[in-house]
Amino acid sequence: MHTIFLIIKREYLVRVRKKSFVIMTILGPLLIFGFYAIIGWAAVSSINQKKVAVVDESGHFVDQFKSDNETVFSYPKESLSEAKKKFIKQGYDALVFVPKDVIDKPKTVQIFAEKGVSMALQNNIERAISKEIETIKLQQAGITQKIIEDAKVNVDAQTISLGDEGEKSSNSIAMTIIGYFCAFMIYISVFIYGTQVMRGVMEEKNNRIVEVIISSVKPFQLMLGKIMGVALVGLTQFMLWILLTIGLFTVGGTLVGDKVQRGREAMQTSGTMAQPGQRIDTGKAKDGVVASVIKAVDTLNIPLIVACFLFYFLGGYLLYSALFGAIGAAVDNETETQQFMFPITLPIIGAIAVAQFVIREPDGALGFWTSIFPFTSPVVMMVRVPFGVPAWQLALSMVLLILGFIGTTWVAARIYRVGILMYGKKVSYRELSKWVFYKG
Amino acid sequence: MTNILEVHHIVKQYAEHRALDDVSLSVPQGSIFGLLGPNGAGKTSLIRIINQITAPDAGEVILGGEHLKPDHIRRIGYLPEERGLYKKMKVGEQLLYLAQLKGLTEKQAMDKLKTWFIKFDIKTWWNKHIEDLSKGMQQKVQFVATVMHEPDLIILDEPFSGFDPINANLIKDEILELRDKGKTIIFSTHRMESVEELCDYIALLNRSHKVLDGAKRAIKEQFKTHTYHIDYQGEIGTLPDAFTILDTTQQDDGFIRSNIRIPTDASVNELIRYLIDRITIRSFGENIPSMNDIFIQTVGENNE
Repeated sequence: MHTIFLIIKREYLVRVRKKSFVIMTILGPLLIFGFYAIIGWAAVSSINQKKVAVVDESGHFVDQFKSDNETVFSYPKESLSEAKKKFIKQGYDALVFVPKDVIDKPKTVQIFAEKGVSMALQNNIERAISKEIETIKLQQAGITQKIIEDAKVNVDAQTISLGDEGEKSSNSIAMTIIGYFCAFMIYISVFIYGTQVMRGVMEEKNNRIVEVIISSVKPFQLMLGKIMGVALVGLTQFMLWILLTIGLFTVGGTLVGDKVQRGREAMQTSGTMAQPGQRIDTGKAKDGVVASVIKAVDTLNIPLIVACFLFYFLGGYLLYSALFGAIGAAVDNETETQQFMFPITLPIIGAIAVAQFVIREPDGALGFWTSIFPFTSPVVMMVRVPFGVPAWQLALSMVLLILGFIGTTWVAARIYRVGILMYGKKVSYRELSKWVFYKG
Repeated sequence: MTNILEVHHIVKQYAEHRALDDVSLSVPQGSIFGLLGPNGAGKTSLIRIINQITAPDAGEVILGGEHLKPDHIRRIGYLPEERGLYKKMKVGEQLLYLAQLKGLTEKQAMDKLKTWFIKFDIKTWWNKHIEDLSKGMQQKVQFVATVMHEPDLIILDEPFSGFDPINANLIKDEILELRDKGKTIIFSTHRMESVEELCDYIALLNRSHKVLDGAKRAIKEQFKTHTYHIDYQGEIGTLPDAFTILDTTQQDDGFIRSNIRIPTDASVNELIRYLIDRITIRSFGENIPSMNDIFIQTVGENNE
């Protein structure tokens, strides 16, 4: 047992000290951060204030529209034709005309703009006006302020249920994104770290050090030590990526935070503006898909997803890297690996393809079977986990994955111990299957 | 004399090929034991079984009086024919790693390595990468890796390949010194001159069978042809009936060489007495078979 730790230590240190590891570890988060920074910057810069003039003949709406970062409302006291004339000179983006008899003929409200106005702005204005008209009409019908206040409570309650529906749809977007991201990360890392195991085995074989080593340790220990060492390298890299990314976003966040904050406030106030006079409730504001997705993430079972990710990453990696190791032992050079790599990687390539269908129907038959089968489950189950998977399915899948990697490790070890001592011989599948049944 | 290693009736079967067929041999403690044989005779298969890299299909191996068990690898130092080191690792780091795999603690390994580095005068190599060393230098490091844990049994498979004559001599001296300290060395090679020089005992494998083994001196005795060579000037004429002239060749330097067989019951002195009045003798000696002759003769006969 002591020797296996020595092997793990060596495999780990040799890889972690490599320049390529350090570069990848630093570059990864920088790329992610850079990507987000560009998107964030683009999003924030696109918010430029629009000037909107409101010509209100009815007098009901003066100062009812509140200015914010997105839109500045002004209430020039002039006639529509005068305002129209000044439109370009004053630099207005839009002109809202509310006629005198708006209460009786609400459809007479007009919005003038040079290039047309955004849907959001038009909606906001329309809603504000209809709300105000409603209030006025209610009052005219003899409904007191108190009843309106009571009614508002009801409106609040309705908003909650509406909000829930909104959350549901944005939740499924969040689930899709997270599920697919996790699945893809597992897919990529099985390849990256599996290949590292294969290369490591081939290096030992080609350096001819392998016979020196296995006169001290069992071939199985050497193989397992290498697989575990590389697994730790993978986990280290993930951890560093997460930490560095958080670090970068914290530092980067304070640098551009001011601008982002303004952008966020803009979103919130424009959302609230839809219901003038109502209490500002940012929690229920429909502040765009991105924001609600971010919010929806909070409602997911993050600890379960993280735990599943780590389990399926390790399980999938162990299952495949043992086979990769066996390939490395069976061949003499890189070009010979091709013929064995393809059939072995076929299931996981298939899994990432199937994942795109499963994501649309997480509880379908295809999703069920591929998330149980150990060669595809690490990828497909990760797609399903954020949507919620029955506990028995998750347990079955995990048990099968554990059995799966014990199985592949057993087969791989038997190929490995023969292969590493076999030089200058081109092996066939027939040959490999014989090795599995060699004694001792 | 005790045997440090005994191999009893080992059989090793690979698919259609039987690599070892009922092979038994004994290696006395404190000897240099030559394991000889043509390519594919089964030497490496046997060595791998002793090193527990593979297991035999039948038979048993006894090391120091005990059945082979996992612990025994610490008592063996093995230099395989196919050998190498991690190219990207530093010399010191690598040797420490290999020593720890053999069960030494880091501190023990460090102490032992220091002595070897001083002995081989390679102190400056500690922080060098293996790939920056010449092939001969790498072989030295490899030799240190084989013996640094002070094993009782050292198995060297073609140890001199890749060494220049100076380094080969250095290793040869090391082997003799280790033997004098009571270690046992099994030594597998094709180079018969080093067998001649170093080995006390030999075993010859051919086609998966042991065809010959024993003390080198006894084997030579056994293969003696009872012939003598004589370099002379003059004319021998006809010898007494008991003696036979096998062949006569004219040498470049004006002398003639003849090989003469003497029957076992006759005396060499009798022959000399007869010759001494007839020819001018420059040299006279017994033809002792070389290991090379014995190897070729045995393997040749066996393959006929």
